[in-house]
Amino acid sequence: MTVLNVGRPTRPSETSPAQEGPPSGRGLLQHEPLIFELGGWGKTGVDFETAADEPLGAADLAGLTRAAAPDLPGLSEPETLRHYVRLSQQNHAIDLALYPLGSCTMKHNPRLDEKMARLAGFLDIHPLQPQSTVQGALAVMEALAHWLKTLTGMPAVALSPKAGAQGELCGLLAIRAALEARGDARRTVLVPTSAHGTNPATAAQAGYAVREIGQTADGHVDLADLAAQLGPDVAAVMVTNPNTCGLFEREVVEIARLTHEAGAFFYCDGANFNAIVGRVRPVDLGVDAMHINLHKTFSTPHGGGGPGAGPVVLSAALAPFAPTPWLVSDGEELRLVEEHAAGEAAASLGRLCAFHGQMGMYVRALAYMMSHGSDGLRQVAEDAVLNANYIKARLLGVMSAPFPDGPCMHEALFDDRWLEGTGVSTLDFAKAMIDAGFHPMTMYFPLVVHGAMLIEPTETEPRHEIDRFCDTLLELAAAAKAGDVERFRGAPFHAPVRRLDETLAARRPRLRWTRPEA
Amino acid sequence: MRYLPLTPADRAEMLSIVGAETIDDLFVDVPASARLAGPVDLPPHASELAVERALGRLAARNRPAGAGPFFCGAGAYRHHVPASVDHLIQRSEFLTSYTPYQPEIAQGTLQVLFEFQTQVAGLTGLPVANASMYDGSTACAEAVLMASRVTRRRKAVLSGGLHPHYADTTHTLAHSAGVETRRLPATVDGEAAVIAAIDAHTACVVVQNPNVFGTVTDVTAIAEAAHAAGALLVVVTTEAVSYGLLKSPGEMGADIAVAEGQSIGNGLSFGGPYVGLFACTEKLLRQAPGRLCGETVDAEGRRGFVLTLSTREQHIRRDKATSNICTNSGLCALAFSIHMSMLGGTGLETLARINHARAVRARDALAAIPSVEVLTPRFFNEFAVRLPKPAAAVVEALAARDVLAGVPYSRLDPAAGLDDVLLVCATETTTPEDIDALARALNAEIAA
Amino acid sequence: MRFTKDHEWVELVGDTATIGITAYAAEQLGDVVFVELPEAGKAVHAGEPLAVVESVKAASDVIAPVSGEVTAANAELGDTPQTVNDQPEGLGWFVKIKVADPAEVEALMDRAAYEAFLATL
Repeated sequence: MTVLNVGRPTRPSETSPAQEGPPSGRGLLQHEPLIFELGGWGKTGVDFETAADEPLGAADLAGLTRAAAPDLPGLSEPETLRHYVRLSQQNHAIDLALYPLGSCTMKHNPRLDEKMARLAGFLDIHPLQPQSTVQGALAVMEALAHWLKTLTGMPAVALSPKAGAQGELCGLLAIRAALEARGDARRTVLVPTSAHGTNPATAAQAGYAVREIGQTADGHVDLADLAAQLGPDVAAVMVTNPNTCGLFEREVVEIARLTHEAGAFFYCDGANFNAIVGRVRPVDLGVDAMHINLHKTFSTPHGGGGPGAGPVVLSAALAPFAPTPWLVSDGEELRLVEEHAAGEAAASLGRLCAFHGQMGMYVRALAYMMSHGSDGLRQVAEDAVLNANYIKARLLGVMSAPFPDGPCMHEALFDDRWLEGTGVSTLDFAKAMIDAGFHPMTMYFPLVVHGAMLIEPTETEPRHEIDRFCDTLLELAAAAKAGDVERFRGAPFHAPVRRLDETLAARRPRLRWTRPEA
Repeated sequence: MRYLPLTPADRAEMLSIVGAETIDDLFVDVPASARLAGPVDLPPHASELAVERALGRLAARNRPAGAGPFFCGAGAYRHHVPASVDHLIQRSEFLTSYTPYQPEIAQGTLQVLFEFQTQVAGLTGLPVANASMYDGSTACAEAVLMASRVTRRRKAVLSGGLHPHYADTTHTLAHSAGVETRRLPATVDGEAAVIAAIDAHTACVVVQNPNVFGTVTDVTAIAEAAHAAGALLVVVTTEAVSYGLLKSPGEMGADIAVAEGQSIGNGLSFGGPYVGLFACTEKLLRQAPGRLCGETVDAEGRRGFVLTLSTREQHIRRDKATSNICTNSGLCALAFSIHMSMLGGTGLETLARINHARAVRARDALAAIPSVEVLTPRFFNEFAVRLPKPAAAVVEALAARDVLAGVPYSRLDPAAGLDDVLLVCATETTTPEDIDALARALNAEIAA
Repeated sequence: MRFTKDHEWVELVGDTATIGITAYAAEQLGDVVFVELPEAGKAVHAGEPLAVVESVKAASDVIAPVSGEVTAANAELGDTPQTVNDQPEGLGWFVKIKVADPAEVEALMDRAAYEAFLATL
């Protein structure tokens, strides 16, 4: 078997009995049970308005109704507020501190964007009301499309993908459609070993076999390996640029040239666009399709895991295959073309989702773009790259890096060689960061680096917060090297829970609350 | 610039610590041919005031659903959301937090997901629910792919009552994965027609309840027929409030239930972001897509929650993952869960009954118009009518009179030959006055 | 008992080979949470994936060391995957295979050779 092991324990090595003390909480942190443990069975916290003599019996649906109301509790408004406010206090967030997750781009989420998305003219409109009644919404989509096309230099954009991963699928399906249209269906997609998991997962979902391209010793795509693997069976090469090691692929133009020469398409994973927005246009790198994570580069909120949005910019060759709906301008009027089997969008790859895409995120992203403007967006990339290099400069004397020479882009990558002999692993170090008030950086990704630690500060961090972060890491690093193993091995000691048993969760999945046996 | 905290002095000092002369030195790896000399040709930065003014103008050019009589449904529904919901989802710790990969500092998010999963399981009547998908349509597509993996068969039968956008989305995804979808002709009361289409190669049949024409069906017989042939039953619901009143998919023998959760906690928002619900039987668990949150204990024996069964997912299984999905619809799932926590099961049932009563009232008002024929025999809060003129033109004319009369079926599927069919939806936000206005306007338009 | 460089062990009795993963592999993997096993009757070929072992953070392919037909899969592992960690070379077996050619087993490393191989890692 191939032993894949990312080297970390998934349950606590030592356990101790639950601490004594009041069940209510500690200081400002309250304990909060599940809603199912608060009573509320048969109760509702909503008052309804019924019209006079309104018959609620639903006799005409006899035989089709459920045996009983769903067996779920209801909370009054005061209970609701308490429950969720208490839960919220158990989350770390960008609004609390620098959130250094590499490749996630945890930048500040402007509150103006939230206000704009909640205007009734955007929030309270139905996707299928007559298009003449939503011209303002279509204008937002047109404006967003214009900003994305101009920033990337690409002639077309598909707005509808609901997330980055769906954007990748959109790009690959457009490529597949283009190849089939020219009678040259191919079977393989090439993906670097450093790629994010969505890349091969998407290629497989699009019906392709995946082959990996190797990496050079200095963290770049191995051109010789790429050239060797390109051939008439390769439909596309998927490259992240800047790559997942935080480096700009210097040979990207050559990568594109080789790819095109072999009759394949160059798909760019735009997750790291924050490093180059306003400074580089993907069209000038030879990109054929690129998804943009609005929830990364364009600050739409991460919301604890979603929703995202992943519009895809497309070359002229791929544009005819873009998914519907298409946004079309008829002089003064804007119009969505929704039919894909015939008509204007006859070559379209079809629909990727119902309706038109993540309108709420379009409004937010457009407000963000308008606020920053062309000059501000260029400054975003510069400050993001500067902040990452500054962190690298401050930490490199103490922490080891796999590719220390030359500048990094918007994220700085370290490995765990500097922890050798300390008895402290990357995981332990990360958990100790929690005790120090910081969310850990991305760990163990990219897979090609042992014990990887990937730090992306973004441009919305002030100097004092970056220094606070570096000071903290340096202090922790010194403690690790001095042999203070206990501080790390059992961390975090100042979080609501400590070292959860992930093995148990996987061996004995408990995915919902059930009534305890009487 | 208000979102960029670094000052020129900061930048100068930091550059010198980094050992670079100018910021351009840090972009040295960019090929010269690709370096932009200055900002691209777009407007410069703008104040909040200016952005508000510009976007406010665009918002003002749209007619909000709440501004007058409104009867659109067809997969997105206007419901009243309590003020607490939007207030809570804007809390920093929910809005600006990330996926809970560090569970010790994300128990807020994780506990919410666990509660959400429990609620979805309770509503669908199936024991395993995931932490949400992008929306109902992609959840439907993923269900078909999952059925194909589980049964090792390559055909799916889609009922003639499935929302055309869902059928299209499913076809796109299934086609790329080598699964063939067979769509039955659009039929008002046609879910049971899938039975005749089941054969030994059928991985699953997909039915919708209530279907796109509003028809409510007991799909128990369809479940039995599917199972007898070794196929799975997928039940799609686009109006989550219907779970408060109708027989649940689990009660009727479904293997997988998918739904659009937008109706609970989330506004119309012109089609997104929404929240996909996904639930299945216990034995299908390991083939399910999407994130799963599970209960466990910590080093101190305290209960806690973690993301689990991650080996199904893309970040570990890569090209062998059950799906390429990465994000879920976190904040929308939170909104759903808060609203559902306030409603409770009995509240959802009451809400559902009010919806049904309003729709019955609307149906009666339209049935009284001589040339209007009500097509849907049994419905929840939405039904189809046949008009004497093309429905799209009627809707356009009524929109000019500020009545949003519903969704013409031709908008969903221009090739179905159902140009005279209009889908009409009423919810608890629909007033008797709205219904009168619709009836009057429709009467006038038809007579004209 | 014979061993492969991919850390599988094979125990041949008559023409039935019992296959599992070695103690070294089990230790490297960490806590096993699930094992995906083939069904009885499945034809397997040496060098091809036979089963998948899952820990919390990884999924590893187990490669068939010999060719033949699966006669049994270890149903116990469904309820207690930790048996793979506790007794990898005993009760934590994965499958039994009716081997096409017993010589394939003879060609594999014996324990001494396997331990020498481990020392080089």
